[in-house]
Order: sequence, then structure tokens, then C-alpha cells
Amino acid sequence: MPRRTAAPAAPGTPAVRTLVSPLALATARGRAVYWTVFGGVVLAFALAFLFPVYWMATGAMKPPDELVRTPPTLVPESWHLAAYTDAWDLMRLPRHLWNTVVQATGAWILQIVLCTAAAYALSKLRPAFGKVVLGGILATLMVPAQALLVPKYLTIADLPLLHTSLLNDPLGIWLPAVANAFNLYLLKRFFDQIPRDVLEAAEIDGAGKLRTLWSILLPMSRPVLGVVSIFALVAVWQDFLWPLMVFSDTDQQPISVALVQLSQNIPLSVLIAAMVIASIPMVLMFLVFQRHIIAGISAGGVKG
Amino acid sequence: MPAADTPMKSGQGHPRPPAPGRGRRSATALAGGASGPRPADRARVAPGHLRRRLSHQARAHAFLIGGLLSFALFSWYPAIRAVIIAFQKYTPGAEPAWVGTANFTRVFQDPEFGAAWRNTLTFTLFALIIGFAVPFVMALVLNELRHARAFFRVVVYLPVMIPPVVSALLWKWFYDPGAGLANEVLRWAHLPTSNWTNGADTALISLVLVATWANMGGTVLIYLAALQGIPGELYEAAELDGANIFQRVRHVTVPQTRFIMLMLMLLQIIATMQIFTEPFVITGGGPENSTVTVLYLIYKYAFLYNDFGGACALSVLLLIVLGLFSALYLRLTRTDD
Repeated sequence: MPRRTAAPAAPGTPAVRTLVSPLALATARGRAVYWTVFGGVVLAFALAFLFPVYWMATGAMKPPDELVRTPPTLVPESWHLAAYTDAWDLMRLPRHLWNTVVQATGAWILQIVLCTAAAYALSKLRPAFGKVVLGGILATLMVPAQALLVPKYLTIADLPLLHTSLLNDPLGIWLPAVANAFNLYLLKRFFDQIPRDVLEAAEIDGAGKLRTLWSILLPMSRPVLGVVSIFALVAVWQDFLWPLMVFSDTDQQPISVALVQLSQNIPLSVLIAAMVIASIPMVLMFLVFQRHIIAGISAGGVKG
Repeated sequence: MPAADTPMKSGQGHPRPPAPGRGRRSATALAGGASGPRPADRARVAPGHLRRRLSHQARAHAFLIGGLLSFALFSWYPAIRAVIIAFQKYTPGAEPAWVGTANFTRVFQDPEFGAAWRNTLTFTLFALIIGFAVPFVMALVLNELRHARAFFRVVVYLPVMIPPVVSALLWKWFYDPGAGLANEVLRWAHLPTSNWTNGADTALISLVLVATWANMGGTVLIYLAALQGIPGELYEAAELDGANIFQRVRHVTVPQTRFIMLMLMLLQIIATMQIFTEPFVITGGGPENSTVTVLYLIYKYAFLYNDFGGACALSVLLLIVLGLFSALYLRLTRTDD
């Protein structure tokens, strides 16, 4: 394909030219095709991605006999919230939601504090053996996390030297969460881009290392801290296999584990209601922060 | 103390060229970010300097220690331990005993071993065919649409935000042979119904559909970002050369996004080979072991058979296979930088 230097855009054409030329879109036939495709995509997306969610939310509101009726009803004939209240009480959702909140928040705070500190040290403080440490951290990116869950489980079941067990303890979620090479590397790369002169200026003014980190580096790092925070919270909230291993005690289980454990012997409508309730926090967070999350995913993917 | 630090620091900082620019930084980004003290500085280290440097080092490591401990305990140590336990008879609480390669031979002889690898590889292949082509075409179409762009992005990413356990349970209900939505749709369209996850021949592909539905959003968003990076002149030039829309996709879009496509393909292979939640929640590995995956088998060895040696032997095998893909991925991303 011949590569040509950028020609000035013709007047009236939009700044970004894509696969289909704007001229073709401007014709009557082009417009008809465009709106047909547009309508088709809207319909397909609604059916593929929104309809299952709608089916779940309304399914829980149908009475049990209507729920298993064939053919099913598109809209519940009568609306019931009993399944939701039953799920809340019978499956003890407040307990499991609270467990999830505790586990996710702790992991998030610990990860932000320790990963930021470590990234700061590796990026700006030149610790001895810093390169070795960074190499070791990056190497864990190559090791698929799930393949190591069993030895990791054995480690927290009997911590070396201390010989205590973190099983059935939120610490079993919190401490391993810090070992997140992806987030640490994201932070370090961001810190690398902040010129050293800025930090040196602060040190000339008498600021210590902690103060420089707190009042210079962190305020400049809001975007990356936001991305890391969202990644950290979502990861713990969505995780299943690791909490399944850590929490054998039902009272400690997060919502994801509890849902599966209780799914066997609970009426279908109650289970579906519980599934809806379990989805609400993450979906709400997504709708609130959608702009940042989508921008973060898009940028992260392109830059690697 | 910080004030006393500055002469040494600026002594290192100033002789550098005034505009280090991006090149220098990216060259050292992977290697610790900063060069060590220059030889000239090292030559005139006085006792006072040494003490200052030691205290600087102590502070640097104080920042590092929390993260370092976590990586040591929960990443490095388990990786080493997996290899060690793979050659031991390990029961929690008892003294482990060396058994040579007995764990590996036992695992190899397990009929589920072959099934698990076959299923995992088939799953990965299907997930690549479906979960790779569909998001690409979707991104291609979305990129042409001038309206409701934010809506499409939110909707396609919505399933990713639903907890994986919930999407698995949701689809388990859809696949229900009685009143499940999947068969209702087929009946409504006058098509023959399917056994979905209850048939040994259809179970795996049914799970691939779930995984694709649940995870496609991220791939679509990344493709969209990549498509927006393609210079418009390339399309214009191709059009002037008489290329139709398919030829433009073939000769402009694909070559321009080839790198991202390769990245995502490798990431997807690594992710789908670690599939666990869908088979565990929806099928329990059945019917007839048709959906047992390697990770599921590891879980079974550890928590059902209480055979941690076997589980670690399997982990090591999975580690080697996935490590190769990961190394390839890292190599490719790094040369791009």
C-alpha cells in the first residue's frame, strides 16, 4: 500500500476518516444503508447485551409458576418483590455483601498504599538491587496467576516463619492482593514520566521523601491512581476461585462464593433475585465511572 | 536531613544533557528507571557521604519493603514451592516426603488428564475463533457509526462488569432444557432445540458462548481504540486506487491493527487456558468429563482428592505451557516500546 504524506483535509470532511468515505455516506443510498445498519446494530446490541440483563431482573419478579412457564412471558403478568426480600433474608445477602465490601476495600487500600510506595521507590529512589527487584516483579507477569493458586493456598494456610493461617481471614485476600505486578508497573511507568526536577525542587525546599510523595507525586498521579483503584476493586469483587479456596467458613464468604454455594438448594426466583443484587454494586460503579473506565481500558490496551 | 541530601543529588542530576527526552526514559524504564551514581561520584565517597547514602538506601527500602514482602510471599515463594511440591507427597500438617516423578506419572495416567488438556485446548481454539472474529467485526462496524457511540461502548462492556459467577449462573438458567431461554428462542424461531450444557457434544461450545458474551467488551473497546489510530489518508489512498470496502479492510485495517490483534490473541489464549468459573458453576465438569479443564482438574486434585503433590505437578505443566505464551507476549510488547 503506498504511503502518502498527509494531505490537508478537504473542507467539510470530518477530521477522522474511517473505512467508509464521508462522500459515500452523504448520498441518499449511503444514508439509507447507514441508518439500516445503525438500526440493526442497536437492535442486535439490545438483544445480545441488554435483554439477558432485563430477563434476569424481571425473572426475579415473576411468581414461581410464571417463571417456569413455556412459552415464557416477556413482561411479568404481576410484579412481585418477594423474591428480592427473600434473597436478602434467606441467603443472608447483607452479611455476604458486607464481607465482599470489607475484602475489596482492604485489598484496595493496601494495594494503593504499598504499590504506590514501592513504585515510588523503584522509580525515583534508586534502591540497591532495584533492578533485580523490578525484574522479579515483571517476571511474575509471565506467570499465570491461576496456575499458582494451590501453592499460594498452601502458603497462606501456613505462613512461613510465623506459622499462622490466614484461611477464613480477610487478610488472606488483602495481603496477596498487593502482589499485583500489573498495577505496580502501571504506577511505576507513570512516576517515570514525572521529571525528577519537580521532585528535586521539593527536596530543596526541605520536603522529605514521604512528603514529596504525598504532596507532589500523588496529586500529579490522580488519573493512574483512579485506574489502579478501579482495577483493584473490580478484581476482588469479581474474583471467585481464590475466595472459594480461602473461605470455607460460610459466614466469611464473599457474595460470589456464597451465590454458588447456596445456588443448589434455593428456589430459582430467589437465586435470580440474589444474582441481580450481587450485580448492582459493580454495574452502578461502572455507570458512574463509565467514561474513566472505558478510557482506561482503551488506553491501556493500545499502550500495553 | 533532606537539605543535606540535595548537593549529592544535584551533583548527579545536573551534568546530564538538559533534555533527556522520551528516548532515555523509555530505554531505562524497564531497567529500574534511573542510572546508578556516576563513577566520578563513586570515586570521591567520603565517610559522611557513605552514611548519607546508607540512610538514603534505608529510606528507599522502607518504601519498597511492603510490596517486596507481598511479592516474595505470594508470588515468588509459591512459584518455587509449586516445583518443589510437584516432586513430593504433601499433606498439610505432615512432613512432606520426596517421591521423585511419581506425581507426574500418576497425573499422566489419570484419564481425566487427557480430557482436561483436550477440553482446554478445544475451548481455547473455539474461544479464539468466536471470541476473536466477533469483536473485530463488531469494532469495525461500531467505528463507522456516527451516533450513540457512548451508548454502544457502555452496552458492550456491561457484561464484563457483571460478576463472572452471576453470568455463569444466568447462562446456566438460560441453558435449562425445560424453561430455559435458549431453547425458547429456538422454538420461537422453529429451529430444533439443543441440549446445550447437558449434551457431551455441545457442552463445551455452550461454555465458550458464555465466556465470549461475558468477556467480549474489553476486546471490542481495545479494537475500537486501535481502529481510531489508523490514519484516514490510508483509506483515502486505497479508495483512490480503486479498492472496495472489503479490500480496504484487507489491505489497510488488518495490517494497521495486526500488532494489537496478535497481542489480544495471546492474552486471550493465556486467559482462556485458565478457565475455571464457567465449567465449575455451570456443568461441574460434566457431562462425561466433556468440560473438565486443566485448572478445574488442579482444583479437584487439591480440594477433592487432597492430593497436593498431583495438583502442583499439574500446575507446573500448566505453568510451562502458559509461560511460553506469556514470554512471547512480553517479548512482542517490549519490542514495540
